[in-house]
Amino acid sequence: MMKGLKKWRLFSLLAALTVFLSGCGNEELSTLLPAGEVARDQFTLLMLASGIMLFVILVVVIIYVVAILRFRRSKLGEDFVPEQTEGSNALELLWTVIPILLVILLAVPTVYFTYKLGNVTAMDEVDEDGVKENLVVDVTAKLYWWEFEYPEHGIVTAQELVVPMDEKVYFNLISADVKHSFWIPSVGGKLDNNVENVNKFYLSFEKDSKDLVDGVFYGKCAELCGPSHALMDFKVKTMPRAEFDEWVVAMQATEDVVADAAAADEGEQLFAQSCIACHAVSGVGETGAIGPNLTAFGDRNRVAGFLDHTEEALQDWIKDPQKYKPGNEMPPFADTFSDEELDALTGYLMGLTIEK
Amino acid sequence: MSSVAQKQGFGSWLWDWLTTVDHKKIGILYLLGGGFFFVLGGIEAMIIRVQLLTPNNDLVSAGLFNQIITMHGTTMIFLAAMPILFGFMNAIMPLQIGARDVAFPFLNSLGFWMFVFGGLFLNLSWFMGGAPDAGWTSYASLAMASEGHGTDFYAIGLQIAGGGSLIAGINFLVTIINMRAPGMTYMRMPLFTWTTFVASAMILFAFPPLTVGLFLLTFDRMFGGNFFDPAFGGNTIIWEHIFWIFGHPEVYILILPAFGIFSEIFSLFSRKRLFGYSAMVLATVLIGFLGFMVWAHHMFTVGLGPTANAIFSVATMAIAVPTGVKIFNWLLTIWGGSIKVTTPMLYALGFIPTFVMGGVTGVMLGTAPLDYQLHDSYFVVAHFHYVIVGGTVLGILAGVHLYWPKMFGVMLDETLGKITFWFFLFGFHLTFLIQHWLGFWGMPRRVFTYMGGQGWHLANVISTVGAFFMAIGIIILIYNIIHAHIKKVPVGNDPWGDGRTLEWATQSPPLYYNFTQTPLVRGLDSVWLEKQEGNASGITPAVPVQAIHMPNGSIIPFLMTLGMFIAGFGAMFRTETAWGLPVLIIGLAWTFIAMAARSWRDDLGYYVSKEEIMEDIKRERGRN
Repeated sequence: MMKGLKKWRLFSLLAALTVFLSGCGNEELSTLLPAGEVARDQFTLLMLASGIMLFVILVVVIIYVVAILRFRRSKLGEDFVPEQTEGSNALELLWTVIPILLVILLAVPTVYFTYKLGNVTAMDEVDEDGVKENLVVDVTAKLYWWEFEYPEHGIVTAQELVVPMDEKVYFNLISADVKHSFWIPSVGGKLDNNVENVNKFYLSFEKDSKDLVDGVFYGKCAELCGPSHALMDFKVKTMPRAEFDEWVVAMQATEDVVADAAAADEGEQLFAQSCIACHAVSGVGETGAIGPNLTAFGDRNRVAGFLDHTEEALQDWIKDPQKYKPGNEMPPFADTFSDEELDALTGYLMGLTIEK
Repeated sequence: MSSVAQKQGFGSWLWDWLTTVDHKKIGILYLLGGGFFFVLGGIEAMIIRVQLLTPNNDLVSAGLFNQIITMHGTTMIFLAAMPILFGFMNAIMPLQIGARDVAFPFLNSLGFWMFVFGGLFLNLSWFMGGAPDAGWTSYASLAMASEGHGTDFYAIGLQIAGGGSLIAGINFLVTIINMRAPGMTYMRMPLFTWTTFVASAMILFAFPPLTVGLFLLTFDRMFGGNFFDPAFGGNTIIWEHIFWIFGHPEVYILILPAFGIFSEIFSLFSRKRLFGYSAMVLATVLIGFLGFMVWAHHMFTVGLGPTANAIFSVATMAIAVPTGVKIFNWLLTIWGGSIKVTTPMLYALGFIPTFVMGGVTGVMLGTAPLDYQLHDSYFVVAHFHYVIVGGTVLGILAGVHLYWPKMFGVMLDETLGKITFWFFLFGFHLTFLIQHWLGFWGMPRRVFTYMGGQGWHLANVISTVGAFFMAIGIIILIYNIIHAHIKKVPVGNDPWGDGRTLEWATQSPPLYYNFTQTPLVRGLDSVWLEKQEGNASGITPAVPVQAIHMPNGSIIPFLMTLGMFIAGFGAMFRTETAWGLPVLIIGLAWTFIAMAARSWRDDLGYYVSKEEIMEDIKRERGRN
């Protein structure tokens, strides 16, 4: 019996250890596997706080278990009347002072990191040519998608944030409709996209996303924003600065790209007839589009931010967007396009690429 | 009394309950009403858990899911936890201070009916075009954008129910200040009375902001008020401040009475005076005070700036200190005591580690830069369920088992009670422990589904399985209650054997006028003191047997609230239907007429004759 119990204990210990080791989640979206300075600072605080808290829990549990084991009526007898202690000033002082010390231990780094992470003074710094020294991205959250504008470069994209590695990237956050919240768990977060004011913060990305399972980090909307709040995902591509600069140039090169209604490609014709009013295919521009910018759509990782990146999924989506993302602003096109036309259209969309 | 009760027909029985102003009966009504909504909120919780069992599940649609989470939160906080606690406060607190009733019995009844009609109003939304879907916090931009009448049901329903809570809070405050028995100084009050006192004071200051916020929301939605519309100079962040200035104290309003119940239990079943009584009182008051200073820790990610975040961060951590004092005082209460593990005690013992876990994650969330990661993730869901279920609900379940014999005169079965406990506690940890990790792994809260391949599936399966254990626990509890009332084994004054406070020196259930003679209180735990000194009744009377003044029952509170309920529908459908405006006017007029009727006729109450009391005393002696 005792032996069995011991074995069981060993087993549960092992199980707990396994859970602990595998308990770090997926690299592309876990706060426990920080891939940037901000997330690492936050992870440091998490470890410090958890350490203090586990200590507190341990102390409480030890006193608790000993008390329960020692002072049972079944042991002491039915008639035992304990001494009616009023209290103890010394003890009570002890468990007032120690928690205060523990709180101070946590409060000091908290205040330090609060100011550190809230420091966006470098955002407006410019070099002698008046060019911003740091990359600034304007993020506009909409029902239920994300628009990313790079004001210094004059380019705009949607659903997929592209950023250079190993430098601070500053963000201006706002919402175009209801409140949203911008969160990239493994890189840091989060800050709300308010309706009435711009929120500013910075993140730094220190891991190349091409090594990840999907080649992207996952971004989430963290504030309830309507039926499809759960589906308001975006993706983040990180790359070395040089590669990022190439991407910027490639995006800027799409300046004159327009879908031509007289084009030879049937997909492009259809796009020019039915889609162009809401969706641009040129990456040069500003925030404020009705629908996501589709420049380089073929390079993206998901359809509508969360569906598989296949022509089939794209066709389903175009036919009935409300079915997949209830409450979004895109009308259904099931009656507009024949199957052949859909094939042509999605072929065109998947061909929109700037990566070679 | 009992012989009269058996003779009456259904009509007069119903009339009796509709018109009652007796704090014990209103306590029972609160318990039943709150219990009903608790089951309703529980069913909503089960639907949420089943929906999240597998990725891309389509048991409920996205829009319906948001209605369910909104109603789950709103129902559990406003219509289940608070009313059930009010039930205990009503039933027990006046007994603990040796009072005949609460200070304002009429208002007590009014508060109860406002809760019932407010809750009914809110839940009728399910059948009238859809429930509110902007979350229980109803953040303004989403609430304003919400289609249909869901949010209107939220605003008006909570306005009515919230008014009831405010009335109840004021009533308890005045009762405790004015109606304590001779010798019952503040520092001799049982801890449950103290926590009722502090929670009531918090209600007094926390509910008016909610009232204001709900009025602004109502005006915005129904009359184009533009308080929360930035396009017209409004501001949605203001709603968040107003809501949390109410909302944070609210969670302490929920937890303090549970602390009180646990304090009673630890002392009672350890046969030992509460360790550090004055420190416990001080800690309660301090928690109540600090509870108003920390609301912005719900808003760290709103962008208030580092200074505001740092200040609210440190203030939040400070609350850990008095809470810690309480935990250690409870531990030292059982230390050196004679612990008897009854069902209530089992809940109290389960509460300590559970609540400590919820408390420490609260400090972690109070660490602002860390909160940037954890806010609105499943970590938060885990945290607040650890404190609200691990604290308030365990306190409520403990209170149900502890006070059931006092309130109903029958004992719940101990074995079934313990089975309930183990199912519930095991299920609870299974459901919510893993959710901390879901938060770490990047899962946002309030999502109606999730894609596979994000590493969340297994954890969600575990969580859902846990929820079923909790549900089984509650079903066993309901069976236990029904079973106990069928068996109907009567119990004595002090069914637990070691009662320390005045409620255990009254009959179970107490006479309708509570005490035959107002007791004299000579110290903390006065019944225990009296019994130690050889006074078997536990009470030394402060006055001779004399006629007792009692309030008359009244149907007016019920009618008054009915008017508000009707007016609510009128207000909501005013613009789109022809009947809206007349119904609004009729409803309000109805309420005002009821109020006028109350004001015109002075109801001076009646006296219980000395003879009747002598009879009751004789019968009581015969029984013992």
